[in-house]
Amino acid sequence: MTTTVLPRVNYLNVRHGVASWLLTKDHKRIGIMYLVVVTIAFFLGGIFATGVRIELTTPQGDFVSADTYNRLFTMHGVAMVFFVLIPSVPAILGNFALPLMIGAKDVAFPKINLLSWYIFVIGFFFTLAAMVLGGVDTGWTFYTPYSTVYSNSNVLMTGIGVFIAGFSSILTGLNFMVTIHRMRAPGMTWFRLPLFVWALYATSLVQILGTPVIAITVGMLALERALGFGIFDPRLGGDPVLFQHLFWFYSHPAVYIMILPPMGVISEVIACFSRKNVFGYSFVAFSSLAIAVFGFLVWAHHLFVAGISPYSAMVFSFLSFAVAIPSAVKTFNWTATLYQGAIWWRAPLMWVFGFIGLFLIGGLTGLFLASLGLDVHLHDTYFVVAHFHYIMVGGAIMGFFAGLHYWWPKMTGRMFSNAAATLAALLVFVGFNLTFFPQFILGYLGMPRRYHAYSEEFQVLNVLSSAGASILAVGYTLIACYLVYSLFKGEAAGANPWRATGLEWKTQSPPIPDNFPETPIVNEAAYKYSEREIEVA
Amino acid sequence: MPDGVAAHADPHGPASATGFGAAGHHPALQHHFQTLAQQQEAATLGMWIFLVTEVMFFGGLLMAYLLYRVWYPAAWSEGSLELDIRLGAFNTVVLIASSLTMALGVRAAQTGAQKWTVRWLLITMALGFTFLVVKFFEYREKYLLHHIPGPNFEFEGPHAGQVELFLSLYFGLTGLHALHMVVGFSLLAVITWMAHRRRFSPEWYTPVELSGLYWHFVDIVWIFLFPLLYLVDRARQFG
Repeated sequence: MTTTVLPRVNYLNVRHGVASWLLTKDHKRIGIMYLVVVTIAFFLGGIFATGVRIELTTPQGDFVSADTYNRLFTMHGVAMVFFVLIPSVPAILGNFALPLMIGAKDVAFPKINLLSWYIFVIGFFFTLAAMVLGGVDTGWTFYTPYSTVYSNSNVLMTGIGVFIAGFSSILTGLNFMVTIHRMRAPGMTWFRLPLFVWALYATSLVQILGTPVIAITVGMLALERALGFGIFDPRLGGDPVLFQHLFWFYSHPAVYIMILPPMGVISEVIACFSRKNVFGYSFVAFSSLAIAVFGFLVWAHHLFVAGISPYSAMVFSFLSFAVAIPSAVKTFNWTATLYQGAIWWRAPLMWVFGFIGLFLIGGLTGLFLASLGLDVHLHDTYFVVAHFHYIMVGGAIMGFFAGLHYWWPKMTGRMFSNAAATLAALLVFVGFNLTFFPQFILGYLGMPRRYHAYSEEFQVLNVLSSAGASILAVGYTLIACYLVYSLFKGEAAGANPWRATGLEWKTQSPPIPDNFPETPIVNEAAYKYSEREIEVA
Repeated sequence: MPDGVAAHADPHGPASATGFGAAGHHPALQHHFQTLAQQQEAATLGMWIFLVTEVMFFGGLLMAYLLYRVWYPAAWSEGSLELDIRLGAFNTVVLIASSLTMALGVRAAQTGAQKWTVRWLLITMALGFTFLVVKFFEYREKYLLHHIPGPNFEFEGPHAGQVELFLSLYFGLTGLHALHMVVGFSLLAVITWMAHRRRFSPEWYTPVELSGLYWHFVDIVWIFLFPLLYLVDRARQFG
């Protein structure tokens, strides 16, 4: 490991002061600014989750009232989905790494990139205001007519926040897509692109095609709630199920906005730490696109018990099974990448292992829910809660941390403690499984979601779950501690601490404002690792 | 490691190798692009992708329209007859004309006819403004008749609730469209000012072209909205 001092001029110290950050057009700084806001949202969402888990340690509704409980889990969902999971990997790691990885000076539209951060923050403020004013109790899904007519909480304010934040996501997707098309360095052909870039491309596709639909759907909801327009109102002949269709037309693909970029991260990290080319590069690349496309055709599996036609339910069930294929392609290819690799046991790889294990369980339990008959039993139970947490936290968040640890030396120029990071990965993995695995059993036994009290026989499993959540909290806090510590005391990382391939490692850490002293020229495929390199390291 | 300034020394880098060709030091060339051609291609692609997102944006409302039109044909016919076909048709003509003048404005920018660029853009803005004024009077009439959905909605007839649904979608769709007209109008105001200040040349007139794309898109949306909203069952009226 190199022990040189940090480079004299880099993007972090080239300008100073708050204004130099708030007016920056540098994609790397914008990525850091997203990291700050998302971290705040993550801890906020964590606090709400803590309330939920404390309430559920006893069968009686004794910690908070039923109404407060509804608000807690709703705000947990809203904060985590719209302000953590959606922006986490694309807006933080994507913003930071994408131009570096393709050898560009910046994204195609740096001003729009900054604008999308501001839009995100404004959306976040609206949502925060809604929370401060008493919160919202509809569930993050805002189902009508409860949300439009009956709820006595801040649906409108939250809706406006989500609506605004959506445009941030759209603009980021647009920016990335144009960047990948038009900003690649000479020689960086499509099939030399790192797989993270392919994943971001697929994600952009979903953001561009899906997010406008949720925006207009929330817009219609707002018109109905604020002005009394009737679009989903059954009293006028409107159809609440239409809302569900439109909502999930975005919100199911949104799961792929959350999981595709972490999948890209996994490909980067696993190649680096097994010192091998990713097995089946083009299969992994195209499986990202396949997931993005298939992902648009499965939304109605959220509506199996909402009274949709049994024939369409069969089609959607079949397509939901089909989307497992490209996901499995990725998992198998990552495993094959590890096979006969020279595994280098470093913290980023621990997060990857966590990802693969948890994503596997999350993905397979998704197939349970895609089965028409079984879904009738499992719908709206804790089984569903456990399933999507395995994907969204076990998958997306583990992948995010894999990427954050992998690129942290590049972002800050500093190394974090490998031992602490490994311990954190272990804590999060154990804590996560302890939190959510019991919920599969609870759901299977019939415990419904979204209630603040439950039958006595469910208590043991719920206590286990709450205990796991506290381990999870310790794990996440530990990450914050050693990463902040590394900012001040971490040893200088040098340009390429992981001896990774990829253009981002060919420039100094932290990079200069323009990324590269001169535009790089690419003349080889991604992931040219030699198995013996590890011995040198 | 050289510092950030070094990168400024050669903004074009090995760009000619990518086939774009060096475009010289054009004042409009932004720092992070290699060539003006690359910058134009990026901007154009960005605008087209933006228009795709707009299609999806209107798509949600049109989906609701489609579903309820299939479910409630009688109410749709009744609601549609409440709209003023003459004003709607007039506005359609106005908007199509504005698309023509916009295209002529882009053409003028392309050939470097600065004065005509400004003139055509001003005419386009005037037509857009006319559209919005007419729309205002249409909305005003609906307001006076209590045809705006919500607590004050009044309508006599067997399908009153579903007519309210129709009018909700009418206001949703045309309101969203009018909002886009306002945005387009503001965009054109900026572009006209830039054209007036001689900021464009045949070499670089991307903002004019992209505003044109946006304007045509808003026009096309109306070309869909007019028959969908005004012409549902006019045979009953005129046949």
